[in-house]
Amino acid sequence: MICLAIACDDSASPETETKNASKASANETGEQPAPLLATGESQNPATRFAVSIRKPLGPPKVSTGLQDMHGNLVLAACSTCHTTRPPNHQNKLAKDLDEFHSEMQFSHGTISCLSCHNERDYDALKLADGSRVEYADVMLLCAQCHGPQMTAYQHGAHGGMTGYWDLARGPQIKNNCIDCHDPHAPKFPSMQPTFKPQDRFLDPPRTDH
Amino acid sequence: MTADDNADLHQSSPEPSRLLPILNQPATRRTALKAAGAALGLAAFGKAVSPLWSIPENVSVDEFLQQHYKELSDTDKQKVFARLESETQQKLGVEITISDPPPIPGVRYGYAINLSKCNGNGACMEACNKENNHHRGVQQSYIRVLELPKGTMDMEAGNTTYDHTVPQDDKYYMPVQCQQCDNPPCVTVCPVEATWKEEDGIVVVDYNWCIGCRYCEAACPYHARRFNWEEPEIPSDEINPDQGYLSNRVRPQGTMEKCHFCLHRTREGRLPACLEACPTGARVFGDLNDPESNINWVLQNKRVFVLKEELGTQPSFFYFFDS
Ligand code: SF4
Ligand code: SF4
Repeated sequence: MICLAIACDDSASPETETKNASKASANETGEQPAPLLATGESQNPATRFAVSIRKPLGPPKVSTGLQDMHGNLVLAACSTCHTTRPPNHQNKLAKDLDEFHSEMQFSHGTISCLSCHNERDYDALKLADGSRVEYADVMLLCAQCHGPQMTAYQHGAHGGMTGYWDLARGPQIKNNCIDCHDPHAPKFPSMQPTFKPQDRFLDPPRTDH
Repeated sequence: MTADDNADLHQSSPEPSRLLPILNQPATRRTALKAAGAALGLAAFGKAVSPLWSIPENVSVDEFLQQHYKELSDTDKQKVFARLESETQQKLGVEITISDPPPIPGVRYGYAINLSKCNGNGACMEACNKENNHHRGVQQSYIRVLELPKGTMDMEAGNTTYDHTVPQDDKYYMPVQCQQCDNPPCVTVCPVEATWKEEDGIVVVDYNWCIGCRYCEAACPYHARRFNWEEPEIPSDEINPDQGYLSNRVRPQGTMEKCHFCLHRTREGRLPACLEACPTGARVFGDLNDPESNINWVLQNKRVFVLKEELGTQPSFFYFFDS
């Protein structure tokens, strides 16, 4: 399992209607969920189970390094500090930052922090047009630049999943972009293989037959 | 006939002629030796195939008399499954259920792997080992992941025993399992029809009908078949109790097995275990007959290829790279 800075909702229930990630238009007009995160399979939702996408729980919390009286770490929301200091659009690298973020690894093109983080509300993200997007809907933000990946994702050809291939028989749960990609360093991490079949011809010769 | 043979005949002709029962011809030293050889060979052959003539100790009479899967009535099947369930209970102390889900009408399975995504970590092999009750002694799995140098498609250049962090920059990784061929040489060669292709495209084996001749293993161009050299050992607490007669039930020693697209899962609409386990999302599975399926999107939008296309095996298993 890959650990990320942002917690994810592991218990996404099939009822969670996550296809409707862009709440803005769909609810007002009563239309079908916005197409961006709709999947290719769900043509007739009446007879089909949902495809749900695991969602991040919400804005990340940063450890202050302090402990409360019960010995629990004190976590702070981003807005705790960021409401009191002006945004700096030039910041692109961890070394440009002080305090909490100086340890972070950034390796995500040449974008700056405020390409994605929302300087008007640090507990949310922002799209390229400046509009606010919640942490839970981070995939909308990723999809702005990673169109081909998103197209493949919508057709089950990018991103892992569990559950049913046949939505007439059961639901499917799909990973979120940030389940596998650290948004600050999105390259898929290296792994160490842990399992090796020992094919017969790889064993030393046996003498007991 | 050589001069030497003639000499032999001439020498032996004065002796009283004794007839060997099998050969029914005059005995000479040479023919007697030949006959003895034949008899010895027969004896050896008889010993080798003795499991076919007598019931081995570890096989019950019911099992020995069991018909081919396709000839079992529903009642027969219930009996066979109940017998297998109680045998597992006795042998391993585990309660299992044996199911036999039929192909879903109108469905034909296809599977594809994105070689740009696969990083060779092998989680699929491990998931297969657990899901399908494979022999733990040799970490059996229906999948092998080949590590190949970039720039070649030569499977012979592949290595399955790599043991370093993956992916390596100059390598790519190709998982190979049964390709569920539409024209399967493994099925054609089976002398007893113990392996066949089902309507949904899955090539299955009736482990109780298989005689273990391994013709199919030799015929498969993808090294997709596995032979149970030993009685599979699986710790009781690791047995997957959700078992299919034609899929992941514990196989007897001396029988052939192969990937069956997890038919005990997929015929109930679930995804195969190897796909669920893949951490890179390299695997795409679905119904080739459904124009809206994920697998059809891949076939229509990616440049897919099949392994060893020139052999005419017509796999239902596809590979592609991100362009
Ligand atoms: S890959 Fe091998 S075992 Fe599978 S159907 Fe083709 S020939 Fe048979
Ligand atoms: S090993 Fe079994 S399945 Fe394979 S060819 Fe021989 S009898 Fe048929």
